[in-house]
Amino acid sequence: MREEKKIRVLVAKPGLDGHDRGAKVVARALRDAGMEVVYTGLHQTAEQVVEAAIQEDVDIIGLSILSGAHLTIFPRVCQLLRENNAEDIIVMGGGTIPDEDIEELISKGFARALFTPGATSAEIVGWIRKVTAEN
Amino acid sequence: MQQKIIEGIINGDRRMVARAISLIEDEASEKETILSAIFPYTGKAYCLGITGAPGAGKSSLVDQLLVLLRRQGLRVGVIAVDPTSPFTGGAILGDRIRMQEHALDKAVFIRSMGTRGNLGGLSRATKDVIQILDAFGKDVVIIETVGVGQSEVDIIKYADTTVVVLTPASGDSVQTIKAGIMEIADVFVVNKADLPGADRTVSEISMMLDLGGKKRAWRPPIVRTITLDGSGVGELHRALLDHREYLTSSGRLEKAREDRVRRDIVDLIEYKVKSTIWRQVSGSAEFELLVSRIMSRETDPYAAAVQILRSINLNGLSP
Repeated sequence: MREEKKIRVLVAKPGLDGHDRGAKVVARALRDAGMEVVYTGLHQTAEQVVEAAIQEDVDIIGLSILSGAHLTIFPRVCQLLRENNAEDIIVMGGGTIPDEDIEELISKGFARALFTPGATSAEIVGWIRKVTAEN
Repeated sequence: MQQKIIEGIINGDRRMVARAISLIEDEASEKETILSAIFPYTGKAYCLGITGAPGAGKSSLVDQLLVLLRRQGLRVGVIAVDPTSPFTGGAILGDRIRMQEHALDKAVFIRSMGTRGNLGGLSRATKDVIQILDAFGKDVVIIETVGVGQSEVDIIKYADTTVVVLTPASGDSVQTIKAGIMEIADVFVVNKADLPGADRTVSEISMMLDLGGKKRAWRPPIVRTITLDGSGVGELHRALLDHREYLTSSGRLEKAREDRVRRDIVDLIEYKVKSTIWRQVSGSAEFELLVSRIMSRETDPYAAAVQILRSINLNGLSP
């Protein structure tokens, strides 16, 4: 009676800004799409995010960043994943991130996809299904 | 891969432990091999169950107990169960939020799980995940159930000590004498004890305990806690140690674990027989024919079940 492999996603809010409405909306949308969402809440350090992702064996880390710290946090998370031999966990994110920074983060491999205001839940769900199937 | 995971668990590689837990949750084909291989390394962890209504403060209590257990130098595993949606199969697993202080402590391993359709307050994988954390070298495994109502009492099947967490003003005294959740506590916690009504809740539990008549060998202590400032958590910790001492010295721990083994075997047999039968029956022409004959009242479900069972082949039971 094997179940199909459940997609597990960690949704975290690293850094200091306290607005988690976006993160909650995304978490809820992923839940409604049948995924298991580990929600770790506000004010997470990159270290906490990566350790939680490892223990929870998630397929995806989704970071919500509204504070402007994205150029620091995404590279740090990726570095810690590498140090823990966990670079197979896919990093994505969302928030208010300027276009040129998005390009930089993606081209340097610090994030596989970044969703900014206006992105629909269906886009995010569809993207996660696609990349986890490929992995 | 399988071998790597097994060695990883025994050698304390938390990535492999995490991976093994997922395989068990997903009912992967590797599951039984892994669990059989690690079994010789299990049996050392003490299993603590925390249950209570949604929002009673279970996660916060676990967080604070972790502080005390870590101070004793114990390695701790936490299994935190949250409900899976019956409609989509999705879940929000949010118990970690209260435990993030321990995220970087290498001696603490926290895993969140969805119930995945299981009733009773735990997921089907919970008992196997206890084994994994045990073999991983955890001295204590804490299981936090989903927020429960009155009758989700599966936790007592696996926990050596069960803590029931209540809050003030959670009902009148009749609630305390109902069967189910109120019967399973080895220790009662009245959390949020700074709220009005805490004294009354404590005395109602106490009266319920005395209604039983015959003197019991272990009377569950009632501990007041306020997780906001940590008061009472030390007392709770002492109550847990007392209960463990009582179980050990009375021989009840050994007895309970033996009963657990007995039940585990029966459960496994049931599960294997059921899945084997279901594989042969589900969607078969005979099955569908019987369904339509029952619908037209030519036969009945009881006769149909007997007829199907006669044609079942149980040789080569499937995993």
